[in-house]
Amino acid sequence: MVFIEQEDGQIKDVSFELLTKARDLATELKEKVSAFIVGEKVSGLADEIAAHGADIIYTVEDKELNHYRTLPYFHAAKQAIREENPQIVLFGATLIGRDLAPHVASYFYTGLTADCTELQIGDEKMLYQIRPAFGGNIRATIVTPDYAPQMATVREGVMKKGEPVKGRKADVRPLKVSIPAEVAGLTTILHRERKEKTINLKGAEVIVAGGMGLGSAEGFALVKELAKVLGAEVGATRAAVDAGWAEADRQIGQTGTTVRPKLYFAVGISGAIQHRAGMEESFKIVAVNTDPEAPIFDIADYKIVGDYKTVLPELIAAYKKLQQ
Amino acid sequence: MEYKIVVLVKQVPDTHNISGDVMKEDGTINRSALPAIFNPEDLNALEMALEIKDKRPGTTITALTMGPPSASEVLRQCLYRGVDQVFLLSDIKFAGSDTWATAYTLAAAVKKLVPGVDLILAGRQAIDGDTAQVGPQVAEKAGVNQVTYAEEVIDMKKKSVTLRRLIEGGIEEVEVSLPAMVTVVDTANRPRPAEVRRMMKYKKALSRMDFAAALKTHLEYKDEKELEKDLKKKGLLIPVVCADDLDVDLRKLGLFGSPTKVKKIENVVLKKEETVELTPDSKGAERLISDLRRAKILG
Repeated sequence: MVFIEQEDGQIKDVSFELLTKARDLATELKEKVSAFIVGEKVSGLADEIAAHGADIIYTVEDKELNHYRTLPYFHAAKQAIREENPQIVLFGATLIGRDLAPHVASYFYTGLTADCTELQIGDEKMLYQIRPAFGGNIRATIVTPDYAPQMATVREGVMKKGEPVKGRKADVRPLKVSIPAEVAGLTTILHRERKEKTINLKGAEVIVAGGMGLGSAEGFALVKELAKVLGAEVGATRAAVDAGWAEADRQIGQTGTTVRPKLYFAVGISGAIQHRAGMEESFKIVAVNTDPEAPIFDIADYKIVGDYKTVLPELIAAYKKLQQ
Repeated sequence: MEYKIVVLVKQVPDTHNISGDVMKEDGTINRSALPAIFNPEDLNALEMALEIKDKRPGTTITALTMGPPSASEVLRQCLYRGVDQVFLLSDIKFAGSDTWATAYTLAAAVKKLVPGVDLILAGRQAIDGDTAQVGPQVAEKAGVNQVTYAEEVIDMKKKSVTLRRLIEGGIEEVEVSLPAMVTVVDTANRPRPAEVRRMMKYKKALSRMDFAAALKTHLEYKDEKELEKDLKKKGLLIPVVCADDLDVDLRKLGLFGSPTKVKKIENVVLKKEETVELTPDSKGAERLISDLRRAKILG
């Protein structure tokens, strides 16, 4: 069963990615894929959910569910899960998913594994939930053997989203859930403010990212310049964000965004596992670093050992020259 | 009006430098092999509590931690910054808890030790697991309202607080009825440093689990009893809470009570099969750009 997350009638990509994964798992288990979606008006989204692989879709509609609030959503989620009684429940590891899923797992007395990077069916048809742990230095396989359902969250961009099949049919089951006034009244949203995202790391084909090896904001400016010349998006490690060289929305890695662009430049990035977790699926990786032993080179397609202050201007010059 | 606040804090291994030797055979972590620090976002939660107390002086702050005897250090750190009381939840029965069993134990402790609590604060997540699950699970177990990713307390009333919190791509302001569990993000505030005067006093604070070691250096005490009596008199005794002190189902504690099990642990080894090394000059740069253009990766 997949939690389909929507905001203003727009389904999150991670939900489609999870449906694609759920299809694979269900085929292996010879089971069906179910989904539940919660909101003020969501039944119109059923076709889209079906096209991405759900066989059964539970919809919960109530005016109290227009914007996400933990307890009203939990109220709806708990009833959908009860109704279906699934073996597995998957949530996107979004701000909403990471708020809701643990509350649900606590209620059902079952296990929940956060931020899985891989899900497989293992021995005894158990769900193997694989995640980086301990700062990402290890990969742990977690199981929930004696409790049900088995629950996991998965970050956006980690799993592949399959092509929708137009006209694919599903059994749509509207659930009558009334949110009690004492639950709805616990939290009141007074004001919301959302900015259009100006930084689009996930959609970028080329990313130029900088880390602590750049030494300063001035150094980071060279990364921005290369990105500008290439028409690329600028990314950063957590340390570079913490140093104030780049906005938080540019952070790539375990606690930032996960990306898989066609081309990834890692400049002055040593390659800590937390960062690699967010970019190692890039199609081609170019690493520039003064330290020939930097771990980033282990995953690089192109290795340039040298000072970025000379290498980046050379790259800019070469690009301009070859473009003519 | 004043609040009863609990801050949940955790001592975590500094996860930035880790080798494979710190894993125990059962897949859990040998924390003693790593330098231990105060979980960073728990300091933000503590700061939020202290700022509330600054504005509402009658407020009381209780810091709770669950962990091995050495975790008393984070409680001393709380005392240095101005909390009113601390408790160390430490028992072999708690060992190996996953987030579910941890939240179960913490919620039981809050209920028992701080009845009538208004606000439970904790960091959004701990840097050793990064799960962000314990906060929401404590909310469910304690049966209180839940707010995650809080950045600022905007208003305080008798039965509610107004908070600013992060949402995807923005922020929202919510009025939250109490009691509530609130998790705090690192952008919330700048945690204050330890206060020197308090530090001078509370650096001597000990839990009974530290007594054996303390007696070796403090020869003025005859035995543990005498040490305990003296610490108590001076307000320097850190109370230890074990499973028997709480109203809990023993089958729901520790490794046994945890629904998740670690099946396998692997060290991460990532290596590209083929890496092309280029010289850091114009020749290397041109080779790279033309390679990438030929592969239609660059326009």
